[in-house]
Amino acid sequence: MSDYPLPVSQVIDPSTSASERVTFLEKLHGWVVTVDHKRLGILYILYSTFFLLVAGAEAVMIRIQLAYPHNHVLSAQVFNRFFTMHGTTMVFLVGMPFLFGFANYIVPLQIGARDMAFPRLNAFSFWMTAFGGFLLYYSFLGGAGLYGVGNAPDVGWFAYAPLTARSFSPGHATDYWALALIVSGFGTLGTAINIIATIISMRCKGMTLMRMPLFTWLLLIVSMLTLVTITPLTAAQFMLLIDRYLGGHFFDTQAGGSSLIWIHFFWIFGHPEVYVLVIPAFAIANEIIPVFCRKAIFGYPAMVAASVCIMFVSLSVWAHHMFTVGMTSVSNAFFTLSTMLVGVPTGIKIFNWIATLWGGRIRFTTPMLFCIGFLFQFLIAGLTGIMLSVSPWDWQLHNSYFVIAHFHYVLVGAVVFCIFAGIYYWYPKATGRLMSETLGKWHFWLFAIGFHITFDTMHFLGLLGMPRSIYTYQPDRGWNFLNLVVSVGGLIQGIAVLIFAYNFIVSYWRGEVAGDDPWDAWTLEWTTSSPPPVYNFEEEPEVHSRRPLWDLKHPGDPDWEYES
Amino acid sequence: MQTRHAQCLIRRSSASAWLLLTSPMLIAQGTTPSTLAPASTPAHQIFDLSVFVVAITGGIFLVVGGLLAVVLFRFRARKTDPLGEPAQIYGSTQIELAWTVIPVLIVVVLFLTTARIIFAIQDAQKPKTALDVTVIGHQFWWEFRYPKYGVVTANELHIPVSSDAAPAATFLKLTSADVNHSFWIPQLAGKTDLIANHANTMWMDPQKPGLYLGQCAQFCGSQHAMMLLSVYVDTPEQFDTWIKNQQQPAQQDPAVVAGRKVFEGQACMNCHTVSGTAATGRFGPDLSHLMSRATLASGAMDNTPANLRQWIKSPDTFKRGALMPAMQLNDEQLDQVTAYLETLK
Amino acid sequence: MSSIPLGHPERTVEWHLPSKRRVGMTALIVGESAIFTIFVVAYVFYMGKSLSGPTPAQVLEVPILATICLLSSSLTILRAEKAIEDDRMRSFTVWLGATIALAAVFLTCTALEWRKLIYQDGLTVSTNLFGTTFYSLVGLHATHVVVGLVLLTSIFIFSLFGWVDSRQSERFGVIALYWHFVDSVWIVVFTVVYLIGR
Repeated sequence: MSDYPLPVSQVIDPSTSASERVTFLEKLHGWVVTVDHKRLGILYILYSTFFLLVAGAEAVMIRIQLAYPHNHVLSAQVFNRFFTMHGTTMVFLVGMPFLFGFANYIVPLQIGARDMAFPRLNAFSFWMTAFGGFLLYYSFLGGAGLYGVGNAPDVGWFAYAPLTARSFSPGHATDYWALALIVSGFGTLGTAINIIATIISMRCKGMTLMRMPLFTWLLLIVSMLTLVTITPLTAAQFMLLIDRYLGGHFFDTQAGGSSLIWIHFFWIFGHPEVYVLVIPAFAIANEIIPVFCRKAIFGYPAMVAASVCIMFVSLSVWAHHMFTVGMTSVSNAFFTLSTMLVGVPTGIKIFNWIATLWGGRIRFTTPMLFCIGFLFQFLIAGLTGIMLSVSPWDWQLHNSYFVIAHFHYVLVGAVVFCIFAGIYYWYPKATGRLMSETLGKWHFWLFAIGFHITFDTMHFLGLLGMPRSIYTYQPDRGWNFLNLVVSVGGLIQGIAVLIFAYNFIVSYWRGEVAGDDPWDAWTLEWTTSSPPPVYNFEEEPEVHSRRPLWDLKHPGDPDWEYES
Repeated sequence: MQTRHAQCLIRRSSASAWLLLTSPMLIAQGTTPSTLAPASTPAHQIFDLSVFVVAITGGIFLVVGGLLAVVLFRFRARKTDPLGEPAQIYGSTQIELAWTVIPVLIVVVLFLTTARIIFAIQDAQKPKTALDVTVIGHQFWWEFRYPKYGVVTANELHIPVSSDAAPAATFLKLTSADVNHSFWIPQLAGKTDLIANHANTMWMDPQKPGLYLGQCAQFCGSQHAMMLLSVYVDTPEQFDTWIKNQQQPAQQDPAVVAGRKVFEGQACMNCHTVSGTAATGRFGPDLSHLMSRATLASGAMDNTPANLRQWIKSPDTFKRGALMPAMQLNDEQLDQVTAYLETLK
Repeated sequence: MSSIPLGHPERTVEWHLPSKRRVGMTALIVGESAIFTIFVVAYVFYMGKSLSGPTPAQVLEVPILATICLLSSSLTILRAEKAIEDDRMRSFTVWLGATIALAAVFLTCTALEWRKLIYQDGLTVSTNLFGTTFYSLVGLHATHVVVGLVLLTSIFIFSLFGWVDSRQSERFGVIALYWHFVDSVWIVVFTVVYLIGR
């Protein structure tokens, strides 16, 4: 808690009398037509939290089915729909919206702006994303009926051709997949354009690019990467629809078409996409770690340079998902090298974080605990990534449970952990109340234990030869016990997330009042009230360093005297 | 350069070390398709490389992870801390340079080691004595063709064992009749995909006879999980016996002529081949020597008369989504056709 | 917060940031370029791989008139940009009209070409790989021309009513930027489809 009397913006309370009280319908209408970045940010986060629970339930069902060999909880067809929907939902309806939701809420506040550059485009993008998700889930209601889970896509989240051709996927499952993602892809593109324009054109006075908070910097990089990441997928999905409905031959092997070209296009999207998901996790960690160890981030310029490096190099590694398709030895060697190289700037960031913690005074609050989990887990995930980059070893590990373990280590161990950290950190700013620290710690420890039980064990299943995307397995292959262990860990994680959901909801009414700056932090969003007024800042702020609030709190020792 | 003896020793001791560490998980060792129990040159080369990679990444984990743990302990906030904030350190060019250069050097070493193995496995020269097998992937079964022998079979691959005295590598040519599949027998080699219009090659030279398990490793549709693989590595005598049997046309036992009429009268021959008869369909597996296989429906169930009869009656019982339709035969026809197929040894 | 005097030695510098509209349009163009790149890659990858049907050399004629019109429209729109900046609104309307006319000629030429290909040469999206990739790539470009044409025509109509003046010059500049992008894409498509691929 800050002891300094901060000259914060006063909240100008518009409502003055009881006769002006707003009805529930008017409130709802306000949320539906809003163009305010803060409300849209909250809508994104609520949307993602909902789908986190849905996709999490899908995962729990998958793990119940796989807990025993030859189990009959889910049939083959239902299982294939569930793992397709789990992956598609988590990437497009949970990961991306969470991260764009954070960006929406925080970036304008951190750069001292009134709102995003294009508020109406902002609203349009949110509703496009939301509608895409709605379309995807509507697929459960179509087709042969609900118990076969309708027409939900069942081709894997990667939807390889020619499995997705009309002849191998009759019915509309694949169409729901393609259309829903095209629609939400337009939303994603709109938000990315908005974030770039906001950050480049709407920073407050004195905030040069090298004085922006790292959260904002990294979201600029992510948005630029998104422009060339999501668009190849949209293009490939158009091609798929042309094949399925206009008789096209893009992926029609009978007409000389190629399955490989789908695989290339998909991974040209798919690999940078994982950086689109993980860089915002870094962004969140970059804000939280310094505040809870009371030190500035070590090596700000290097962190920026490393992130820009990752943005470029990540565009050149995609075929490490394709080591087994029969590329030449030279191609395999090239992609091995580029993948190993992208690990260098990524690894450097871990060193910078450790150096930041060195000499600090570390407070183990819930957001910090999640960031610490992130640091250990991201280190391991990076190392298993190096293992997978060794293409001959990948010829064994590709499409096995080792890969599933690796990418869940990144997507849950890094991204979800940082999302939780970010929620605990910024929830007080958005709602004016703190989430319960006690429940937060229960959430953290249960989730971390469940996470490790599941995903540490999963690596060994891969080494023992278990492939992915299988609805059951033979009992004589030595995988039975490990699968049961993995499933138990999944249930523990589920319980932890329910505790989180309870905390998230109840703290809105029962949480301790937060005040403007409950964490004693240093960036501009902590100068506003909690929640901020609709207009964010009374007057445009003016900054002279990377930590404007540090300068205010330490007038005798301001950052601008030390920053290079 | 290490001698072969030394290589062998290192291989054996690292294998033992690995097996020791992981043995609690190696339940039912005999049939676990483990990447940690290589039995063929490509699998061995990959395993040895993986040990080296684990050593390096393990070292990095211990150093960096250890440092992180130490920092978290040593610099935790304490009540006895002085008031105010700790010293703010914004960066250090020398340290940052060092921790950029060292990882790059590690990458160089890892890359060069890896590249050597990529070329050794992928660009290996095919010896003149190699056995050629063409593998064609189908939804949800495997077709194996031995061009030099004129043999076509399904789901269970027989290849000869290789030894220093009598090297006998098997080179597989892989392609698909429909969607993408992937051929994976972890103990014998890394996996390679089967893609229509795009032939791939892989090789293996198993050094111990026995049964090696694997399965399709690229999601190919509803019954991907039950597209299992069995590779029988035979001694030269066993292989000889097997291939000679496969080369014979299918047995024509007059006792089961009723069943043969059912087979040829109902649409079975549109999809299946029985050599030496009018049945030349290629959509489904070749049945000429069906009884020489231990399992049915690419590993879905054991090859017993009861299972065979039930499969023909209703494939959905075992493998719902398999492309063989239920043929709507009555009980008498089922008995007859099963009896016929039971003679195809 | 900003009301506290900080006593900072740095004088409050002139603070100019790039126009958000230009940045936004540039970002959109980068994204669209990625989409076009994928379709061009598919076109190039499948050159010469059709198993049957008409080949490009057999049926494609170099669209010289269409190309000259479209590329000239970049010049006319440039003149329109200058005109609106200087508040010369009649000149603006004329140059904008010229741009629209040239674009309309381009689209007409494309339509005539496609009519010939479909009815005389029997080339459709489903004929062969050439048909699929040709119509997708050229069609994607033509769609972008249509969108641009709709935008430009709307502004033309507004300017006829006298609702446009130099205060909208930045916004018009952004649309012009989009138009220049559409023209550059045509240069690539023209080169790949009608020069290299034929």
